[in-house]
Amino acid sequence: MNYLAQRLLTFPLILLGVSVLVFVSIRMIPGSQITAMLGTEAGMLTAAQREALAAYFGIDQPVWTQYFRWLAGLFQGDLGVSTIYARPVLNVILERFPLTLQLALMSMTIALCIGLPLGVFAATRNERPSDLIVRILAMLGQSTPNFVIGILLIYFLSVFFGIVPAMGTFTPLTVDPLASFGQLFWPAVTLGFAFAASVTRISRSAMLDVLSDDYIRTARSKGASSMSVIWRHALPNALIPVVTLSGVEFGYLLGGAVIVEQIFALPGLGRLVLDAITQRDYALVQGTVLFIAFNFLIVNLLVDLAYAALDPRIRIGGRK
Amino acid sequence: MSRIFASFVRHPSGRIGLVIVSLYIVAAIMGTFGLTPHNPLAMVPIDRLKAPNEAYWFGTDILGRDTFSRLMVGIRQSMIIAFASVACATIAGTIIGLFSAWLGGIWDGVLMRFMDVLLAFPAILLALLIIAIVGPGTITSIAAIGIVYTPIFARVVRGPALSLKQRDFVDAARTFGSTQPYILTRHLLLNLVAPLAVQVTLALAWALLTEAGLSFLGLGTQPPTPSLGLMLAESRNLMPQAPWLMIFPALTIMLGILGFNLAGDALRDILDPRTQRREA
Amino acid sequence: MTKLLSVRDLRVGFGNDSKANEVVKGVSFDLASGETLAIVGESGSGKSVTALSINRLVDFGGGRITGGSIVLTRADGTAFDVTGSKEAALRQIRGRDVGMIFQEPMTSLNPVHTIGDQIAEAVRLNSGLRSDAARKAALDVLDRVRIPDAKSRMDYYPHQLSGGMRQRVMIAMALVASPRLLIADEPTTALDVTVQAQILALLAELRAETGMAMIFITHDIGLVAGIADRIMVMQHGVVVEQDETSNVLDNPQHEYTQHLLRAVPHFASGNAVRTDGERVPAREPVVKVDDLVVRFPVGGGWLKPKGAIHAVDGVSFDLVAGETLAIVGESGSGKSTTARAILGLVDKQRGDIAATTGRSKRPIQMVFQDPFASLNPRLDVEALMAEPAIANGQKHDKALRERMAFLLDKVGLPEDALKRYPHQFSGGQRQRLCIARALMLNPDVVVLDEAVSALDVSVQAKVLDLLIDLQHEFRLAYLFISHDMAVVERIAHRVAVMYAGQIVEIGDAKAVLASPQHSYTKRLIAAVPAIERRKQHFAVDVTQVPSLVRPAGYEPPDARWREAGSDHRVRHEDTP
Repeated sequence: MNYLAQRLLTFPLILLGVSVLVFVSIRMIPGSQITAMLGTEAGMLTAAQREALAAYFGIDQPVWTQYFRWLAGLFQGDLGVSTIYARPVLNVILERFPLTLQLALMSMTIALCIGLPLGVFAATRNERPSDLIVRILAMLGQSTPNFVIGILLIYFLSVFFGIVPAMGTFTPLTVDPLASFGQLFWPAVTLGFAFAASVTRISRSAMLDVLSDDYIRTARSKGASSMSVIWRHALPNALIPVVTLSGVEFGYLLGGAVIVEQIFALPGLGRLVLDAITQRDYALVQGTVLFIAFNFLIVNLLVDLAYAALDPRIRIGGRK
Repeated sequence: MSRIFASFVRHPSGRIGLVIVSLYIVAAIMGTFGLTPHNPLAMVPIDRLKAPNEAYWFGTDILGRDTFSRLMVGIRQSMIIAFASVACATIAGTIIGLFSAWLGGIWDGVLMRFMDVLLAFPAILLALLIIAIVGPGTITSIAAIGIVYTPIFARVVRGPALSLKQRDFVDAARTFGSTQPYILTRHLLLNLVAPLAVQVTLALAWALLTEAGLSFLGLGTQPPTPSLGLMLAESRNLMPQAPWLMIFPALTIMLGILGFNLAGDALRDILDPRTQRREA
Repeated sequence: MTKLLSVRDLRVGFGNDSKANEVVKGVSFDLASGETLAIVGESGSGKSVTALSINRLVDFGGGRITGGSIVLTRADGTAFDVTGSKEAALRQIRGRDVGMIFQEPMTSLNPVHTIGDQIAEAVRLNSGLRSDAARKAALDVLDRVRIPDAKSRMDYYPHQLSGGMRQRVMIAMALVASPRLLIADEPTTALDVTVQAQILALLAELRAETGMAMIFITHDIGLVAGIADRIMVMQHGVVVEQDETSNVLDNPQHEYTQHLLRAVPHFASGNAVRTDGERVPAREPVVKVDDLVVRFPVGGGWLKPKGAIHAVDGVSFDLVAGETLAIVGESGSGKSTTARAILGLVDKQRGDIAATTGRSKRPIQMVFQDPFASLNPRLDVEALMAEPAIANGQKHDKALRERMAFLLDKVGLPEDALKRYPHQFSGGQRQRLCIARALMLNPDVVVLDEAVSALDVSVQAKVLDLLIDLQHEFRLAYLFISHDMAVVERIAHRVAVMYAGQIVEIGDAKAVLASPQHSYTKRLIAAVPAIERRKQHFAVDVTQVPSLVRPAGYEPPDARWREAGSDHRVRHEDTP
């Protein structure tokens, strides 16, 4: 528990680091925010109008003043106003987040449902033909970038099956669950493919390690069946690396899948960040990046909690 | 060294990986010196959108440029960026991880928290920010991917370095009064070569993947210089008419990543102390 | 007595070509019910593989039975062919007919299940009892292996128990299905000597209670005297001798058995101590340790530490040239921490360590327990040997190479060893290398931290002889840290006994070993297994080492000492 407490204490510290980093770096992007916002019309502004706009967005102040103002706003739930959308940043983010969350959850479900059983199966068939086939598939899966899978998927679906994945506006789960799942199905498969490959590989190698541990021999000496040895004795001990990997991948997926969203034309967090950066929407970049980092850290914290649930040595600590 | 090479060739997936990586390196070198079947930049409008044939092995694009030649130059671009960025990340990450482990205490805390900050950014996002600041290009891609992988190397080095620090031979060195630079180089770094070699090979695969992703988004290598990701992105509109424009770049990207992944896996098998013990 | 197990011409191989890689090459023996057979051999003798073949667990370690037969008589009198049976049939005898306990109680229990669950599982698998009845049976068996407060311990996880307790849990788990044969594979090797005595006594009692047969595998021929009916000695995969215990021990026929019996350091209660170094108190000590205190803070974090582990608590002794002081004690006694503090490897809270700086700038050098861990695997011997000299400003020149060759010769290694890497040497050779390296700086004192504990007995004996020779030649003082009383008896001039971070008894080796005064020393010496004491019955006791964690600021009361002889001091025991 001491370890968890320490993680909780460093949590705000890392968020602060992330916010400073993003705040400073976005201001290093050449070109003015106002020019980016107004495009060609920026040329028509008078110097006075420019100054007024700069004052409105608060970017006439020194960077540190801007930062502390922003930080103060943050504590009141105010992330500023987006210049692209002319709306509060928080609203824009929360509008995009459901899609990203659902996509991440669906991808992880696909990855775990395929990867974990395959990995466990391959470990019990170590070095036999079926293990080899699983390993080759997993290796191919891990070596194929998302966008390659996405493009190939769209191509084959449309050419051979006449299916065109639904693109554009997202149908939320609350409105029409079936349509919502249907819309995100192929993107989730695209993201889940490589993810499943990694899960397969890591669960296979973790199971192989555990299966050579002494307590497995003990279980066998008691007369335990091979099913009991695998599921009751080995798997709980092999889950920690799987949880670590899934946590990290899921954390990153919550940050938006920039490329896959682009390919399937989905309005998720990834494309929001991309647009915000290319259009120099300072407040939006700051807000989204902080939101993404926050999610990532929350997922990490959940992973730590999962460790404690899985391993009594972490949960309970030393000898009584 | 020759012993490692021999077991590498004996390792089934290591052999395949080695062949792929060598092929890519040869292609990259030939691409650098213009030893391509056609000029990758030359537009031959009369031959536009030709399917693969004897003259154009992998077909041509909408401007009549030879896909095969463009892929060779694209491989060169990818390899330069992958090797350079991984080299940066390895050096920076090793130094940070090593000092973090050795100094311990507050230094360890500060350095690793800083690495945590970098890790809290999704890789593509971090690269996007850096590219937005500096503007896209080869050097930017190298820097961006290098910075993204630095914390990973720092962690890969710190873990084993911490356990090496506790080992008896380091204690023994202290009882002789060996200097810190001597202990750090001879006892720690030398024993980190094996895990680092594995990580470097696998990171090359990831760097190839990230580079292709960035250029797919148009944020990597800028046209007219060909790059694998961009070729794939440009093929999307022509998918029904000219599937070769999509298939070949896609396969080239996959195969390259596969080669480094296979080599990395083989290296891990060969250098793994557990498998070594089994042999002894 | 009825025949329980019959093994005929057993052959077991490993790897793809298991016929070519046999490690057991034709082993035959019989076991009657209720009988105890000890299989004795050094590492690589095939003793564990033989045992693992009896319930065919060897299959899971990559082994294959390539020839011979194993026939087990089941409770109903039917003969069970182990070698020819399929996995499903073998599961019927595992646990139910053949129980097994292993060497490492630390790793042999599943860390994610409570011990109650793990034992109850064995009940369910073998007796058909369900939930509550299974737990009840588990609780009963924990009582039977004398686990105090068994009811609450049921919900403990393995990591919450000490090594000795874990081995009791292992025994409980093996016994719960009342097997007629218990295979114990080095069950006490990983344990402290007093705990070892407890476990041996427990096994003997349980065997008497249940009438089960037992196969006891060990590398230590001295250990089996009190427990085995018959002894089978193995070497390189074959049985070299097999007979009644008393015949093998008193009248060994085979050369290798004789060699083993000679090599095993017999503990002779102080009658076999060295006689070559009379202590002259007037001589100036080469190292003098005064009131050494090492504490590790615990329970802290961001706040002030709540307490400290008093690892070493006020230890004082001195050491003169040419003399060996042995520090004996069990794990957690602070003996290794004392050694490390003297070398400056752990920070001391207070205390003086005064060494004469006569012949070297670094008069104290150290040899570690594990010769595999104390040599950097990536450096060749020349680089390893040169390191101490280079660290102290010497050049890597001809003189240095001559010094290395000279010392290699002294420890019995060829000069061409310089170009080789550590993995090309055996454990004993590596330890010789470590000794040679420790002598590079020409020290006055060598600290030997369990320096022979990781070696096979015959290698151990040779390294001890080497150490004694080197001591004479270079007038070295040794601080010899060990848990092994028999080894200590062979090398020590003086002995200090450590318990819970303090020295409780110190003095002339003969005096301390022959007439121990402190209650702990008595207990420690009584626990040492010895061929000469084979009829002795060990009482089951469950005394545990007290906690060393003390509240912050705690200081132990001043030690009061009693003179028990001219060079023999004993600490007064605290009255509770």
